[in-house]
Amino acid sequence: MGHRESTIVDDRDRGIFRVHRSAMTSESILAEERRRIFDRCWLYVGHESEIPNPNDYVRRTVAGRPLIFLKDAKGRVRALFNTCTHRGATLCREDAGNTRVFQCFYHAWSFDTSGKLVITPGREAYSESFDKSEYDLRGPARVEGYRGFWFVNYAAADEPGAMDLDAYLGNAKEYIDLVIDQADEGMRIVGGTHQYQVGSNWKLMVENSIDGYHAPTVHATYIDFVKESGGGQNPAALTSGGGIDLGNGHSVIESQAAWARPVAYWEPFFGEEARPEIEAKRAAMIEKHGERGARMCDTFRNLFIFPNLVINDVAAITVRRIEPAGVDRQSLEAWALAPVEETEGSAALQRRLDSFLTFLGPGGFASPDDVEALESCQQGYAAQIGVEWSDISRGMARAPQPDDELQIRTFWRAWASQLDGAGYPERVTDIETVAPATRQEIAS
Amino acid sequence: MTMQSVATDPAQRTQIEDFLYAEATLLDEWRLDDWLELFTPDARYEVPSTDRPDGRPDAQLMLISDSADMLTARVKRLNSRKAHREFPWSRTRRLVANVRVLESSTPAELTVTANFAVYRTRRGSTHCYVGRYIHRLVPAEAPLGFRISFRRAELDQETLHEHGTLSIIL
Repeated sequence: MGHRESTIVDDRDRGIFRVHRSAMTSESILAEERRRIFDRCWLYVGHESEIPNPNDYVRRTVAGRPLIFLKDAKGRVRALFNTCTHRGATLCREDAGNTRVFQCFYHAWSFDTSGKLVITPGREAYSESFDKSEYDLRGPARVEGYRGFWFVNYAAADEPGAMDLDAYLGNAKEYIDLVIDQADEGMRIVGGTHQYQVGSNWKLMVENSIDGYHAPTVHATYIDFVKESGGGQNPAALTSGGGIDLGNGHSVIESQAAWARPVAYWEPFFGEEARPEIEAKRAAMIEKHGERGARMCDTFRNLFIFPNLVINDVAAITVRRIEPAGVDRQSLEAWALAPVEETEGSAALQRRLDSFLTFLGPGGFASPDDVEALESCQQGYAAQIGVEWSDISRGMARAPQPDDELQIRTFWRAWASQLDGAGYPERVTDIETVAPATRQEIAS
Repeated sequence: MTMQSVATDPAQRTQIEDFLYAEATLLDEWRLDDWLELFTPDARYEVPSTDRPDGRPDAQLMLISDSADMLTARVKRLNSRKAHREFPWSRTRRLVANVRVLESSTPAELTVTANFAVYRTRRGSTHCYVGRYIHRLVPAEAPLGFRISFRRAELDQETLHEHGTLSIIL
């Protein structure tokens, strides 16, 4: 029996959706996830702005594998395994930098930034059969980018079900565009990374990143802070918009901004002195993009790219990458994305970053309480002998609201289908419950 | 910032050390409202990201970049029963050492660095935040001889993998 039958309950007739808690605790399921999801899906590795010049590099760990994400001497973006092809030592031992050659500190084998082995000390000691070209650095099977966001895929293009990145992102591209087009000169990752681990299964962070239902309780102190700073004035914030299944496991919650946005929705948190600049930015966005410009300014987007990338465009824009580190542990990396024209030292950039930090990150007024919630869920799963299932049915029988759970069900449906080797499930574009009686109730 | 210390007179050094120890005690005892009283009205409190200990709030993503208003809001939040990561409060123990008064100090404002180890214990585990404080202190009468106009904690840890969050005040 596959995971679609045994690990999730997706009862469209009754409007019931459940996930078996073994999904969060089972070593064998984690092993299946690594093989069937992380070794097959497109995984975010980094943003092009982190490696602006030829021979720039940053180190990343993606699905547990050490990578060098870099631009080679000719300006081509690449990802290479950070291991010497000779004996295995870590080749690049700095987190970021610029180099023409990676020289292994163990025996001095040296590689250029395209991965080619250029120096083998004591070449004469090797036989004639020794072919240097067999020892070039390797990388993930595929590396592709979309508008500055770069992904790797450990599965080759000729494997069954393989898609190129463009087809994989599919409907999610519209929402990535809504983030990127807020900038006049492109977006960049701001220096400074939030790197932390949480004592819970990685999928709890996926759920939490696209969960509107928990905000009034988990983030009560944040909402109080917003109100006390004169914000949270938008009455439509909790009732307009909702979750959307974007296909291929991706989803988004788009809703009216519940509080201030640097681009561009002014609330008193930003201060009166910033008001003319933010309102002028909003006007310019509408001038340039019409209705779409107003949408970019006035709405929040919690965008999830299957299986482990979050782009939340809320009080600021965060790019968050989730890595499993065991069944009950995960590693998080989060960055701030900002328009290039918001230069270092500018009031606009500080405003954005301060807004980011009110809510987000290990020292924010909200994210620490999410971590507490996730860890307490994981602890609760120890009681699986008596409580086997978690419920994710909210909003199944109505058109999605911002605090409903369609987007979380979207994740789980794709997750189960991928584990079963069955591709991606059909996209939900209508109310999920099919029972006519239920529909009549909604209508009345 | 120069790392040269000035030849401070022993009485002043003792006064500064006493102040930093008293500040640490207020935090360890969760007397956050009293701690907040130590700050000037335009004060700032900041913690850079672990991969950018040189980070600046108008150029890099920090972990914490608090204006005086934000710091007041942070204390209010931590005093609430709804700051879930700190309810119930963790136990903390601060060790402050290697106190130095920098050359850039003036009689009106002293710049002081100190090393810290802040242990946080909660839910069965203890983690330590290690790093360096930079305080700018303005001489004042009450309550402890100085007010803090600037307070920065730079962490040595390369990540917060052990800690998960920075929910306490460092």
